[in-house]
Amino acid sequence: MSQRNLSSPFDETTIRSLHVGDIVTITGRVFGMRDKTLIHMFDERHKSPVDLKGYPILHTAPSLKKVGRRWEKIIIGTTTSTRMNRFTPLLLEQYGVRAIIGKSGLYQDSLDAMKRFSACYLAIVGGAAALETVQIEDVEKVYWPELHPEAIYQFRVKELGPLIVAMDSYGRSLYDEVRLSVRRQLPCVYQKLGIANESLPG
Amino acid sequence: MAKIIFNNHLVEDVAEELYIRALKILPPDVKAALERARQRETSELGRTILETILKNIEVSETQSMIICQDTGLPVFIVTVGGRFPVDGAMIKKSLAQGAKRATMEYPFRGSSLHPITRENPQTSIGEGLPVIYWDFDGDADYLDILMIPKGSGSENMSAMKMFTPAEGLSAVKKFVVDTVAASGGNPCPPGIIGVGMGGSADWVGVLAKKAITRPVGSRNPDPMFAQLENELEEAVNALGSGPMGLGGAITTLAVHIEWAYTHITQNPVAVNTQCWAARRARAKIWANGKVEYGF
Repeated sequence: MSQRNLSSPFDETTIRSLHVGDIVTITGRVFGMRDKTLIHMFDERHKSPVDLKGYPILHTAPSLKKVGRRWEKIIIGTTTSTRMNRFTPLLLEQYGVRAIIGKSGLYQDSLDAMKRFSACYLAIVGGAAALETVQIEDVEKVYWPELHPEAIYQFRVKELGPLIVAMDSYGRSLYDEVRLSVRRQLPCVYQKLGIANESLPG
Repeated sequence: MAKIIFNNHLVEDVAEELYIRALKILPPDVKAALERARQRETSELGRTILETILKNIEVSETQSMIICQDTGLPVFIVTVGGRFPVDGAMIKKSLAQGAKRATMEYPFRGSSLHPITRENPQTSIGEGLPVIYWDFDGDADYLDILMIPKGSGSENMSAMKMFTPAEGLSAVKKFVVDTVAASGGNPCPPGIIGVGMGGSADWVGVLAKKAITRPVGSRNPDPMFAQLENELEEAVNALGSGPMGLGGAITTLAVHIEWAYTHITQNPVAVNTQCWAARRARAKIWANGKVEYGF
């Protein structure tokens, strides 16, 4: 499968050229953040000290070591995105973020916001942190270091990925499509296991 | 008989070593299962994901790196040999100290915290942690310690239910399938689905946890449960949820069942979900201080 390498930051045209099922890598700048960072930003109303326009956000809480004034990486991996769902429309609308990199996807309101503000969700392979750490060349800067390991991390990445376009700017979600297909498969699976045809789970 | 012949720090040193080893070296049976999965996977996206997983394992091996950033909650399954001179209290303390040292000296992110204040001491231990299960083997002259760093993406997708006897085996099967179907990509599939059957509400969860620690490819020694494992494995993979829940033929590497007798009025089932990074490390310690590492 061909893999396109995208340069970050992204413009609208780049995002609109991506469709569910495409596989990409990213070279350039990526910002890492997660739960506490976003609570600080939106619930506690602190404006991001760095311009996020056009950049991808990576859902991560990295293990770093501070050596002198530099932050060295120990291990950097990606966490489940759904916990950060409610902040996503705000990141797209108020900060012009163009992509979220994470695992397990986001919900309908985020998908709607992606359509409206031309953004997408890129699924990374969860648990593959060793590879991810190697692809992150440098921790360029840490904003709000008092929140570490949930600060804002400015990473320089080289061919980060493979990343699967799992939610695109046209309103398609691969997660929803697979979930629907699994649901359709259930009656057949029940039958094979000799389970009486009961109601489907909610 | 002297209670302890060997150096007091040995168990602590071994516990520290086990935590780091488990985080870095994936058991060969899991690796082989992932390689087989790549060959069997029919979805191109699914194959790309499995190839990336295998590449990640290679990077962690060649560069001596931690496989996944989630270093988990430390779980120890300890089997004390009947002919091993034991000081149980010392072992308990040493396992906690070893887990703490691994976290602070490596150092990696400690993921254990207070359930109300959410304060994280960055030690991986605390009140009631590490999780330790004790077992005894009358014939053995050694101490067997199995260490599992249990990540949260998968643990969060675990579930338990007390069915009634009238609901029968059918309800148990449906619960396993529904639990996997609902978890999608959250537990970083394909991993191991551990199923506990019988026992009490607490014990069934322990059985499910023990089920994920069995090597992939092993079958329950009881043919009735072995057959059920096969049947559920096939059913779960027929769902088409696939690697990372993005569609495909391989949703799980294996379904393992551990069981116990239960109450006449009960029909308990638990599912403990394990991710593809099904990490575990084992050490056998003999009274003369000899240590053997494995999985």
